[in-house]
Amino acid sequence: MTETAPINTTPAVSHLGDRIFKWLTLLMALAIFVLIALIGFELAQGAGPAIHKFGWHFLVSSDWDPVNDLYGALPFIFGTVVSSLIALIIAVPISVATAVYLTELAPLWLRQPLIMFIELLAAIPSVILGFWGLFILVPWLHLHLYPALRTTLGFLPFFKGTDYGPCMLAAGIILAIMIIPIITSVSREILRSVPGLQREAAYALGATRWEVTRIAVLSYAKNGIFGAVILGLGRALGETMAVTMVIGNSPQITKSLFDPDSTLASWIANQFSEAIGDLFYSSLFELGLVLLGVTVLVNIVAQLLLKTFAGPGVKPQS
Amino acid sequence: MTFNSFFTNPQQGSPVKVESGVAAATAFDIRSLNLWFGSHQVLFDVSLQIPVRAVTAIIGPSGCGKSTLLRSLNRMHDLVPSARMEGRITLFGEDLYSKKIDPTLVRRRIGMVFQKSNPFPTMSIAENVTVGLRLNGMRKSDLLQERLETSLRMAALWDEVKDRLNAPAISLSGGQQQRLCIARALAVKPEVLLMDEPASALDPIATAHIEDLILDLKKEFTIVIVTHNMQQAARISEHTAFFYLGKLVEFDTTTKIFTTPAQKQTEDYVTGRFG
Amino acid sequence: MTVTNHNWRKFKNAFMQTLTCVCAVLVVLPLVLVFYHLIRQGFTSLNWAFFTQLPKAVGEKGGGMANAIVGTFVLMGQAALLGVPVGVLGGVYLSEYGTSRLNWWIRFAADILNGVPSITWGVVVYGLMVVPMHGSSALAGGVVLGLMMIPLVMRTTEEVLQLVPGGYREAALALGISKWRIIVQIVLRTASKGIVTGVLLALARVAGETAPLLFTAFGNLGWAHSLKEPIAAIPLLIFNYAISPYDDWHRQAWAGALVLLLLVLFLNIGVRFLTRSKFSARGT
Repeated sequence: MTETAPINTTPAVSHLGDRIFKWLTLLMALAIFVLIALIGFELAQGAGPAIHKFGWHFLVSSDWDPVNDLYGALPFIFGTVVSSLIALIIAVPISVATAVYLTELAPLWLRQPLIMFIELLAAIPSVILGFWGLFILVPWLHLHLYPALRTTLGFLPFFKGTDYGPCMLAAGIILAIMIIPIITSVSREILRSVPGLQREAAYALGATRWEVTRIAVLSYAKNGIFGAVILGLGRALGETMAVTMVIGNSPQITKSLFDPDSTLASWIANQFSEAIGDLFYSSLFELGLVLLGVTVLVNIVAQLLLKTFAGPGVKPQS
Repeated sequence: MTFNSFFTNPQQGSPVKVESGVAAATAFDIRSLNLWFGSHQVLFDVSLQIPVRAVTAIIGPSGCGKSTLLRSLNRMHDLVPSARMEGRITLFGEDLYSKKIDPTLVRRRIGMVFQKSNPFPTMSIAENVTVGLRLNGMRKSDLLQERLETSLRMAALWDEVKDRLNAPAISLSGGQQQRLCIARALAVKPEVLLMDEPASALDPIATAHIEDLILDLKKEFTIVIVTHNMQQAARISEHTAFFYLGKLVEFDTTTKIFTTPAQKQTEDYVTGRFG
Repeated sequence: MTVTNHNWRKFKNAFMQTLTCVCAVLVVLPLVLVFYHLIRQGFTSLNWAFFTQLPKAVGEKGGGMANAIVGTFVLMGQAALLGVPVGVLGGVYLSEYGTSRLNWWIRFAADILNGVPSITWGVVVYGLMVVPMHGSSALAGGVVLGLMMIPLVMRTTEEVLQLVPGGYREAALALGISKWRIIVQIVLRTASKGIVTGVLLALARVAGETAPLLFTAFGNLGWAHSLKEPIAAIPLLIFNYAISPYDDWHRQAWAGALVLLLLVLFLNIGVRFLTRSKFSARGT
C-alpha cells in the first residue's frame, strides 16, 4: 500500500521568505511612482508663490526683471521650441538616412563598428560636448558658417545681423549632434523589425536594394520612425549643459538665429546660483515645472507611438 | 542587347527526355547544383529540367531542400551572405548566374508567390498589383489600368475587388491576399511563376480557389510549385520531383510518381510510410 | 521597361547608397573631432600635479583636479548605493512577479522618468534636501544621481532577467526550492553579468551629469570633509572653468574633459567586453 505525501510540505519559513521578498521587490518597483509624485510635488510646491503671483500671465510674459521682481517664461519657451526645431530639421534627415544605411545598405563588416561609434557618441557627457562646442565649434561657425549663411540666405530675417559666436543656431546644431544617436538607434531597431517577408516580396519583383528599402521597409516603418523622432525631440527639449554653454543666455525673443538666446533648461542652470529672493527662486521652479510638463507630454506621445508601431523587440531607450 | 529582349518568350527550348519517354521543351535547366549555407550543405548534385508551360511540383519531407531549390531559381539566395553555390542554372538557355547578368533582371522575369501572403500594407489593392510595373517606369495610367484588370482577372480576383481597388490591401481575407500576391507577380508578365507552398496558410475553400487558378494559369505560364501536400501535387501538376535530404530522388510525370514510382524511397514517401 | 529605365534605377540605387553613407560619416564625425581636440588640447596637461593637487586660488596658474576626481567617485559610490538596490530589486519585481497590467504601468512610468530633464532632477532635490539642510552637500549630489539611476537600472535589470531561460526556473521549482531562493540564487546569479553591465552603463551616464549637481553638490575648490559639505566633481569643474575668463583654467578644463571622457568611454567599452557572453543588457 503506498502512502501519499501531503502536497503542501513547504516549511513556514520559506513561505515567509517568499512573502517578504515579494513585498520588498514590489516596494522598490513602486518607487517609480513615488519618484514621479515627488518630482511633481516638489516643483509645484516650489513654484507655488510664482504661480500665485503671476497666474497664467507667467506663460506669456517676456519680463525678467529681478529688480522689480517681475518674471515671465515666454522667451524661454520660445527659445526651447526654436532650438529644438532647428535640431530636428538638421538631425532627422541625417539620422533616418544613417539608420537606413546601417540596416539595409551598408556592407556587413561595416555595420557593427558604425553602431558602436554611434553608441559612443551618445555616451559623451553633455558638458564635454558643450565645452567642445564653445571652444571649437562656435568659433568655427563664427568664422565660416555664419558668413556663408549671411551671404546666401541673408535676405531671410533668420540670418540677419551680427553674431558674437554663441547664439540660437549654435545651440540648434549642438542639440542636433546630441539627438542624432538616439533617433538613429531607435529608428534602426524599428527598421530591423520590419518583417523579412515584406522585403522578400519586393526583391522577388526585381526591385533594387534602394527600391526595396523605399517600398517595403520605409513605408512600413514610418510611424515607428515618427515615434523615434518625437523621442529625440523630448531629449532636445530638456538638454541643459551643452545648450547653456553655446546659446549666449540672453532672455529675449529674437528673429535672427544669430542672436544669443535662452531655453528653459539653460536659463534655470544659468540663473539658479544667482537667484535672490523667494519670488526669483519660485519663478525658476515654475520654469522647471513648465519644462517638466512639456518634456513629459512629448515623451508620453513618443512612448505610446513606439509601443504601438514598433515591433516587439524594440526598446525605447532614452 | 536591349532590355526588351529579356521579355521575348522563346517558343522552344531544348527538348528534354523525361524518364518515361515524354519530351517537352525546357524552361529551367539545372545542372549539378550544389548549395551550402556556410559549411552546411543543403543541396547535393541536383540536376533537373523543368518543362515549359506546365506545372512541376516539388515534394518531399520538411528540410529536404525544396524551398532552397525554388529560391535558387530566382537568385533569392544572393541576399544570404553565407550561401554558396556550385553548378549551373539556365532559363531558356541563358545562364542565370552569369556575372554579366543583373540579379534584379533575373527576378523581373520570374515571379514568386510566398507561403504567407505579403501584400504591401501601406498600399491599396491597385497599388500592390501595379507596383512592379511602376518600378519599371510604366506611367501611362490607361496601360496600368489595363494591366491591373488583366492581372486581377487572371488571379480570379477581379470580380471580388473591382469596386474597391483603392481599399488597403490588408483589408482582404487571407485567401484573397494570396491571390492579390499572385496578381502582383503576374502583372509584370513573368516567364515563370515560382510558388512556395502558396496555399499552406489557407483554408480548404481558399486552397481550392488557388488550385483552380493554377490549372488556369499553366496554359500561359511555366509554374514550379513546392508543396508538402502530396494530394495537391497529384491534383495540379504534370511532373513531380521528389526530394529527400537535399538530393533529387526521382523526377517523372506525376502519374508515374504516384502510381508506379521507380525508386523505393519515392514509393515509401507517397504511400505515407514516412513523412 | 527600357534600358534607360533600368540604368536610371541603378543610378538611383547607387546614389542613395552614397547619400546614406555620407550621412553615416557625418554622424561619426563629431565623435572623432571631439576626441581629437580633447587629446590635442588636454593631453599635455595631464601631469602628476593635475591628478594630485587641489585647484589653486582664482587666477593663479597651476594646480590640479584631485578633489574633483575623488569627488566624482564619491558621488558615483553614493549613487550606486541608492540606485542599485532599488533598481535591481524593482527590476526583479517587473520580471518575476506582478500582473501584466501593473507592470505595463511601471515600465511606462520608468521610461517617462528616464526622459525627465536632468536639471529638473537637480531642482527637485534642491527643494528636497538642500533647502532643509540649509546648504549644498555631497549627500544631496549623491542622492540626485542615485535617483536618476533607479529607472535606468530597473529597466536594464528587467530585460536581462527576461533573458534567463524559463527552464532554469522550472527545474528549480520542480526540485522544491522556494521562489525567492530561486530568484536570488539562480536567476540573479545567472544574469549577474548582464546586471553589472546595466549598472556600469548607468554609472557612466550619471558620472557625466552636470546639471543636477549645479545646485546640489555645488562644487568645492577644496576637499569636502564630510558628506554634508559641498563637493567637487569633474563635470562641475569643467563647466565652471570653461565659463571663467582664465586661460589656465581653460587649459585644465580640457584635461578634465579628457579624463571624464576616458572614464565614460572606459566604462562603456568595458561593458561591451563583458557582454561577449550570453546575457547582455541590450540583447543582440
